[in-house]
Amino acid sequence: MTNHWVDIRNADLVLIMGGNAAEAHPCGFKWVTEAKAHNKARLIVVDPRFTRSAAIADYYAPIRTGTDIVFLGAVINYLLTNDKIQHEYVRNYTDLSFIVKEGFAFEQGLFSGYDAQARKYDKSSWDYELGDDGYVRTDPTFAHPRCVYNLLKQHYSRYTPEMVERICGTVQEKFLHIAEQIASTATTDRAMTIMYALGWTQHSVGSQMIRCAAMVQLLLGNIGIAGGGMNALRGHSNIQGFTDLGLLSNLLPGYLTLPGEKEQDYAKYIAARAPRPLRPNQLSYWQNYSKFHVSLMKAWWGDAATAQNDWGYEWLPKLDKAYDLLLAIELMNQGKMNGYICQGFNPLAAAPNKAKAIAGFSQLKYLIVMDPLATETSEFWRNHGEHNDVDPTKIQTEVFRLPTSLFAEEDGAFVNSGRWLQWHWKGAEPPGEARSDLEIMAGLFTRIRKLYQSEGGAYPDPIVKLAWPYANPDSPTADELAKEYSGRALKDLPDPKDPTRIIRKAGEQLAGFAELRDDGSTVSGCWIFCGAWGPTGNLMARRDNSDPTGIGNTLNWAWAWPANRRVLYNRASCDAGGKPFNPARKLVGWNGAAWGGADVPDYKADEDPANGMGPFIMLPEGVARLFARDAMNEGPFPEHYEPFETPLAANPLNPDQPLALNNPIARVFQGDREAFGKSDRFPHVATTYRLTEHFHYWTKHVELNAILQPEQFVEIGEALAKEIGVAAGERVRVTSNRGYITAVAMVTKRIKALRVDGKTVHTVGIPIHWGFTGTAKTGFLANTLTPVVGDGNSQTPEFKSFLVRVEKA
Amino acid sequence: MALQSLDIVRRSATTIPAPQARGATAGAVAKLIDVSKCIGCKACQVACMEWNDLRDEIGSCVGTYTNPPDLSDQSWTLMRFTEYENPKGDLEWLIRKDGCMHCADPGCLKACPSPGAIVQYANGIVDFHEENCIGCGYCITGCPFNVPRISKKDHKAYKCTLCSDRVAVGLEPACVKACPTGAIVFGSKTDMQRHAADRVEDLKSRGFDQAGLYDPSGVGGTHVMYVLHHADQPQLYADLPKDPQISAFVKVWKGISKPLALLGIAAAALTGFLHYVGIGPNETTREDEEAARRELEKPS
Amino acid sequence: MRPARQVADQVDVKTGQIVRYAPATRINHWIVAISFVLLTLSGLAMFWPPLFWLANLFGGGDVTRALHPWIGLVMAAAFFLFAVKVRHDNRLQKADREWLKRVGEVMRNQEENLPEVGRNNAGQKLVYLVALICMLVLLVSGLVIWRAYFTAYFPIDVTRLAALAHALFAFVLILTIVVHVYAGIWVKGSLRAMTRGTVSLGWAWKHHRAWFREVTRHTNGK
Repeated sequence: MTNHWVDIRNADLVLIMGGNAAEAHPCGFKWVTEAKAHNKARLIVVDPRFTRSAAIADYYAPIRTGTDIVFLGAVINYLLTNDKIQHEYVRNYTDLSFIVKEGFAFEQGLFSGYDAQARKYDKSSWDYELGDDGYVRTDPTFAHPRCVYNLLKQHYSRYTPEMVERICGTVQEKFLHIAEQIASTATTDRAMTIMYALGWTQHSVGSQMIRCAAMVQLLLGNIGIAGGGMNALRGHSNIQGFTDLGLLSNLLPGYLTLPGEKEQDYAKYIAARAPRPLRPNQLSYWQNYSKFHVSLMKAWWGDAATAQNDWGYEWLPKLDKAYDLLLAIELMNQGKMNGYICQGFNPLAAAPNKAKAIAGFSQLKYLIVMDPLATETSEFWRNHGEHNDVDPTKIQTEVFRLPTSLFAEEDGAFVNSGRWLQWHWKGAEPPGEARSDLEIMAGLFTRIRKLYQSEGGAYPDPIVKLAWPYANPDSPTADELAKEYSGRALKDLPDPKDPTRIIRKAGEQLAGFAELRDDGSTVSGCWIFCGAWGPTGNLMARRDNSDPTGIGNTLNWAWAWPANRRVLYNRASCDAGGKPFNPARKLVGWNGAAWGGADVPDYKADEDPANGMGPFIMLPEGVARLFARDAMNEGPFPEHYEPFETPLAANPLNPDQPLALNNPIARVFQGDREAFGKSDRFPHVATTYRLTEHFHYWTKHVELNAILQPEQFVEIGEALAKEIGVAAGERVRVTSNRGYITAVAMVTKRIKALRVDGKTVHTVGIPIHWGFTGTAKTGFLANTLTPVVGDGNSQTPEFKSFLVRVEKA
Repeated sequence: MALQSLDIVRRSATTIPAPQARGATAGAVAKLIDVSKCIGCKACQVACMEWNDLRDEIGSCVGTYTNPPDLSDQSWTLMRFTEYENPKGDLEWLIRKDGCMHCADPGCLKACPSPGAIVQYANGIVDFHEENCIGCGYCITGCPFNVPRISKKDHKAYKCTLCSDRVAVGLEPACVKACPTGAIVFGSKTDMQRHAADRVEDLKSRGFDQAGLYDPSGVGGTHVMYVLHHADQPQLYADLPKDPQISAFVKVWKGISKPLALLGIAAAALTGFLHYVGIGPNETTREDEEAARRELEKPS
Repeated sequence: MRPARQVADQVDVKTGQIVRYAPATRINHWIVAISFVLLTLSGLAMFWPPLFWLANLFGGGDVTRALHPWIGLVMAAAFFLFAVKVRHDNRLQKADREWLKRVGEVMRNQEENLPEVGRNNAGQKLVYLVALICMLVLLVSGLVIWRAYFTAYFPIDVTRLAALAHALFAFVLILTIVVHVYAGIWVKGSLRAMTRGTVSLGWAWKHHRAWFREVTRHTNGK
């Protein structure tokens, strides 16, 4: 979230699209009802199904799954055509006036630089034009044909209300009503928040959908303001912490990145990540990259990381490619990966195409499952009848099940969607032989290290040199780890402005990432968390919910990264002179000497706004990008591509370019491409999702949740039900080109057949929560059906759009 | 149970009048369920099961989100989901939390034959005291909302207590505490009516011209009330009765029929007695016997 | 004294008794009667709060509630067996109308002008008819309101109607039985028919002369 849960109550308009907050985030959704009750806010829901969120929305429109870019692109077109943009904001805080390099082009769904063979772009033309001074050339009058404003306008001129109706199946009247509502927030006194979740991320063009929505928000001036923002609703209670701590295979903690295999030189690695400003007097905060990186390396390798060995740069893995889940299972299938550890992860249920996952796991030598529950993954080899029809005699994988404690049985911090680190305390002892994940990982580590120490190995250094400063090496505590990721001084730290003054004594916890150094004198395991456990103690454990300004920021409740800031980019809530655009909802402001207010300013604290520093300080431009440059793999502007399994034969936006039917750069493995189904045999569009009664594959193990939703079902519209002769409560079989499931049919008015490009498209809703273990009635894993293809940037699988055939079972 | 200590104002099948002098000086309580805020998350169902130590069966899906499919001795509350296409052609998903309405004039209490099995407190809560329940099910028959359920385990009737145990110590009912969207609120009935008025005004501003409060007078008002978008058509919400009354059948059965029947039976017995005293028995006399024998002697 | 004509088996001239009810019929009747008393007591306990103390006779309210329907089943079974057995004696005929017209005289113990009565008089036939109807309604409505097994299968309005019908018809039946019992007390010599099975020749001659003549006209007597 750029903003946070409580801040949603400040919105005048709430758009829920690509998510179903009432269903999946009922507690956070309370802030939507607060906005409605106390702020007269209106709620709009756009979704393939009439969801629980839609149940209390003021306006609902259906949309065909996977076509959100068409809808949002058409909103951009509407805003530009009707001049419903926040002019002062876009002129000063976005790149609309920036001039793009000659050579950048877009034709028939493809941007310049496409290599069809490699399915990759040469992104060199996707950039701004630089002047002789090294800064980007701009045209504040927007007259230049290659300024971002004109390119943007041109790109989205094809995204018309007619196209929305044709591709999304949303009738124009409904689209226009919503566009008008959204446009109403272009004024400084109205704010719109956008709430989304996996309904956008789980598409082959998911990242671009989110980006497209962010562009809408930028044009409206809704980023950085109270009641605005792009708000990702994170699913697991700690999935935000998961990404923050860099557990994705290409990341390091705090969104630092692992080097690629070509980056063997430390100085070049740093230089590539610490860009110089692209406009005069911009902060370009990533210029501090080395401070964050060195502090991380000191946390990991301690005294072994020195200036002489580039702080242990050699010990970091250098990626030849990103090792995401889809690739891991592909490698298992190819026999190139022979062991796998699942920590709090049920990949048999979470990976697309269950049959492929089973085949992959079956080729492993060993599989270790660390989980509080008996997951499907840990029983993939066991025959569970129709629900898991495998032959155990043919599977030689050795499976270890290590029971872990549950979050409530240990101390620690959760990071919520609003980036708050909230400390929690152990509520009970773990049952039986269960141990905490920390104990298990530490136990594994100390044993492996011992083996390396006694027997040597191919490359023991990263293991044997790892710092392990915990009081009990076999059981580090949550406090120890929290202090480590927050960070401390290793030596007395002198004040850079006055070297005679010591700002931190050796061993003292640091107050924030501004104190980090790249000379090895500080340590911080995750720079964005720096200060969470500061010199005054554990700020994550704070529970003071006082809200002196009434804006809902409660700065003394827990601690938010970065720097306890509650609304990112909050400098953008003020005009160029530093006065709040909307005085009624002031976050920060310039008082002539300093920035201050209800939030921690996202800006240099004493920077006079007259100097022209932009509010988007992490970017070298200082302003937000409507032109993404090379940051996205598909192109600088989001373009609609059909899901890999689409009911359409061609992309109506680019009908003559078959390469632009689906995401042209999405990675598809050969066997997976063959497993895609076509609409002639699989005429129905399916989408998977979660229900409020359950949490993933956990709560089917819980009696209370099982009572509330006991049995697997799929949702089909009345028209489809009639077509296949099925009544509510009867069983249906849903088949994709990869397998089938059977389930109870829930026949509903909430899913309507859509008219898309001249044909009728039926949507089938498939809740995911059932499997072959647990207390609820056993069922099929929904991922029996889903295709193996990921988003072009994040490799998040396309669980929201695929083709099936539904028939009476 | 002592009537006074519990502030009981009505007690089923009891001829001794309950004490009337003490009242709920703070006013009667009420739970307000704002249907327009409800997302059907069923947290209230879980809270109810947890607080009251109930566990319904792990049933099956019958093709609806309403689960378990009906109220039971283990499910004192549940969400009823209705898909409604309004005259404009737009879909509305109406989600109503069903359960005991805690009527001011409770049909269950009226129908109950067992002394003290059903009571009404001064604060308006209608409570079942299962130790006195004989399991006849008359409460269900008497309830205009068809709410109480007999347990298969112990043949006693159960229903929402409005968490009378929690309310008695100043806590809100468990479902209210659990509701994430503030769709369920609890307080004095007058406060709830005031809150409802605000909500109705808000709904009217959103185009629900017929929004209103459901506090049906046919049962003397209720201590569980709804804010409805379509207060003119409560039947839309999974057959919430438009004008609930204690059924005419039940009124006759538990009303006038009782004294009339007893009077009738007593009158019949008395008539017999008076007849016996006044006219006397019809006896067979010696003459009758002789006449019979004479008859026998006649040829056939 | 030797009778001038042959009489049926059931007539014992020597003792002056006529068999009116065989032992099986009498046992059947008393099963119905005892069940009825128990049902009335337990039913009234559940019907009217001031009479709830009657439930203590059965061991408390819940036992009363549990027993009542089972006793009801016994009564219904026994009654219908009985009713089938005596159905021929209870057909209303033309003469019964005359009897009913003169029911006032009956009440005043004046039987001289009544038409000759067969095995059952019109009053008895009416008791039979009313009891039959009541029993049928009570059985059906009783099943509907039998919570433990059947109520779940009926809509709530049917249950409500059944509860009312059960009470109403129980009331009618109780009234009828009050009349029936009083008739037994009032018409001396009747009770013996159900206790010992016989009535005196004179009783039969007086109250059921047609029947008397019928049973004494047989030719296979002793």
